[in-house]
Amino acid sequence: MRKKEMIAMLLAGGQGSRLGILTRSVAKPAVTFGGKYRIIDFPLSNCINSGVDTVGVLTQYQPLRLNQHIGIGIPWDLDRKSGGVTILAPHVKGGGDSGEWFMGTANAIYQNLEYIENNDPEYVLILSGDHIYKMDYSAMLDFHKQKNAAATIAVLEVPFEEASRFGIMNTQDDDKIYEFEEKPEHPKSNLASMGIYIFTWNRLREALIEDSKIHPDSDFGNHIIPRMLEEGQTMYAYRFKGYWKDVGTIESYWQANMELIKTLPEFNLYEDFWKIYTNSDHQPPQYTGPDAVVRTSIISDGCEVYGEVHNSILGPEVVVKKGAVIKDSIIMGDTTIGEGSYLERCIIDEGCQIGDNVKIGVGENIENEMKPKIYNTGISVVGHMTTIPSNVTIGKNCVLLGNTTEKDFADGTLQSGKSVIVEGVNL
Amino acid sequence: MRAIGVILAGGNNEGRLGALTDLRAAAALPVGSCYRAIDFAMSNMANSGIQKIAVLTQYNSRSLQDHLGSAKWWDLGRKQGGLFVLSPYISRKDSNWFRGTADSMYQNISYLRRSNKPYVVIASGDAVYKMDFKKVLEYHEEKGADITVVCKDMSGKDMSKYGVMQMDEEKRLQEFEEKPLQAQSSMASLGIYVISRELLIDLLQKVIAEGRYDFVKDIIIRFRKTLKIYGYEFDGYWSSVGSSVIDYFNTNMDFLNKDVRDIFVKQYPYIETKPKDEPPAKYNMGAEVKNCIIGSGSILNSRVENSVVFRKVYVGEHSSVKNSIVMEGSRIGNNCVVEYAILDKDVVLTDGQQVIGKPDEPMILKKGTVM
Repeated sequence: MRKKEMIAMLLAGGQGSRLGILTRSVAKPAVTFGGKYRIIDFPLSNCINSGVDTVGVLTQYQPLRLNQHIGIGIPWDLDRKSGGVTILAPHVKGGGDSGEWFMGTANAIYQNLEYIENNDPEYVLILSGDHIYKMDYSAMLDFHKQKNAAATIAVLEVPFEEASRFGIMNTQDDDKIYEFEEKPEHPKSNLASMGIYIFTWNRLREALIEDSKIHPDSDFGNHIIPRMLEEGQTMYAYRFKGYWKDVGTIESYWQANMELIKTLPEFNLYEDFWKIYTNSDHQPPQYTGPDAVVRTSIISDGCEVYGEVHNSILGPEVVVKKGAVIKDSIIMGDTTIGEGSYLERCIIDEGCQIGDNVKIGVGENIENEMKPKIYNTGISVVGHMTTIPSNVTIGKNCVLLGNTTEKDFADGTLQSGKSVIVEGVNL
Repeated sequence: MRAIGVILAGGNNEGRLGALTDLRAAAALPVGSCYRAIDFAMSNMANSGIQKIAVLTQYNSRSLQDHLGSAKWWDLGRKQGGLFVLSPYISRKDSNWFRGTADSMYQNISYLRRSNKPYVVIASGDAVYKMDFKKVLEYHEEKGADITVVCKDMSGKDMSKYGVMQMDEEKRLQEFEEKPLQAQSSMASLGIYVISRELLIDLLQKVIAEGRYDFVKDIIIRFRKTLKIYGYEFDGYWSSVGSSVIDYFNTNMDFLNKDVRDIFVKQYPYIETKPKDEPPAKYNMGAEVKNCIIGSGSILNSRVENSVVFRKVYVGEHSSVKNSIVMEGSRIGNNCVVEYAILDKDVVLTDGQQVIGKPDEPMILKKGTVM
């Protein structure tokens, strides 16, 4: 019989709707980050680097690219005979004739009780696939055991003025939690939950089963943690010091990427003994041409740069043709930027074809008409597998998706704040 | 694919590569920013559908063992077949090193016996090329050949480093001369052979019993008249890194040529290598990079031109690197000048150092040199 001390359950089913068009065809954990990575690579790599070799990945929203990325877990050394990585998708349960979606974070775990029981763990680590950080979960487990806790919640000290955006843990002097407040108006503490929990499995199991009877949308923050606190269970806050980013919005996603190009970035990817692993087809070298200018940028494997790249991030296999200029932008993988094009402050998703002499990110900063709450900081976003014809000019806060043609651009222009979504052609 | 593979990776190529093969087998030579020479033969075999491959290694086999530690990068981690890294070993009967290429196969004859595939593809581990062995095998069967030798027209090249083949109109081998001073033909053997497995076993037993150990001399040349040996002409890119320092240097520089690079980097099927999981390369403020291939994990702060830069290389500020090969993990400090040089792995140049070689004689800094 299999017996694991601690297994991880990674919640990767969320859409991350504030990332707009970037999460239209993929779940947030599958969005690329820092050139070659996807967001889920960070918690997955943390798992294997912490010695956690059994990981259940719960998927729901647009799982295809996530499934392809994870495969059988080879890049993370998670291809194991015992344990390894398992994709857990919503399914029809035996005896019923219809399935059930995952209705909440805790409900998703509850629906996969059988997977956890098969591994017979002492402890279960709950993670989300939404954050950029490096963390040793084994140190957190040591803390959890030392405190003899039923649950340990990783927390980050945030500035008090921002605390009302987070789930806040109110603790005693020894960091024992006595109260949890979700987005409090007047925070009593600045210890924000990072969405990383270690539970002693038999305690969590009981809470999940009991809570499922009253909350079909059972959630860790709203139900499980308050319930366990109410029952008087021992719960501790585990203080994490270091880099941790929720890249939940277009602006914060762009910022977090841009921090990587600093000479000494706060988040160091160049560390030998805590590598971040990812799945790439192959790792060919990148080529920088005779007339290329590349400065303060990070460039991934397989790129071919013949133009200029400044303050930008290029994912794998990006081609920047002659005379093209890219500034302050994120170009995800497998994209081609045509000759003489000029891109400033934009995000180009995977697999795009940008024609010659295209300008993106010029003009006034007018927020997006359709979704002003999502696109309002001047960044234009081009969605997955989009084609843009040559010789068009596109403003700021624009959104483009699909196989666009000249007729989508009156007078060859798309004004700031406008969108072109061509449905059906791509996915 | 109805063949098993054998990669001959035993040699250090008689010291022709100087300090580069002091510590490594020629097949372990780093190539093209992220590959090892053996990746090309390995990937070609795997991509041709060969599922059982033996790498015969002898000279500093550790350098290859490390690289081939896991077979999964070539999809060769298999229950059936897979990858066999075979080195000489001592038994009560025999404690010989491999006395030649034929002997290296003979000493592992059980590898050849334990198979039900009709053919064996034999290749050397120190050449850079992309080849579909399925096509060679089809040709072999079409010709009804006993042995097929892959060859290439090297008109205008120095033939004295090749095995030179003379063939009749049917491409049947007539004469074969090793490294001739006056070549009678411009057709060079690429050291890639297809042969029936049973025939190979018979021939090996025969020649070893006579105290002969070399596959080319004692099988190809000796049996050129009695066996039906045919040439298969290959017209793609092929370059050996194992014959001299300058060939090694030029083969690497060929990767700066888009047509060559695309064969390996852009055209499917890809050449696979052991992944190192380095982050993307980082170009800082002072970076001025022209006509270079750059490996992942490298950090560049100044001028790098016409060079092949491997993974995890650091180039400091106000330095200049030109026409050079900088291997994995090397660090070039500030205000350094590097021209026509090969910096082997983990070389450290402190600030202000100059390493300048000649175009026909690049200066080599040995692995781990600190200057």
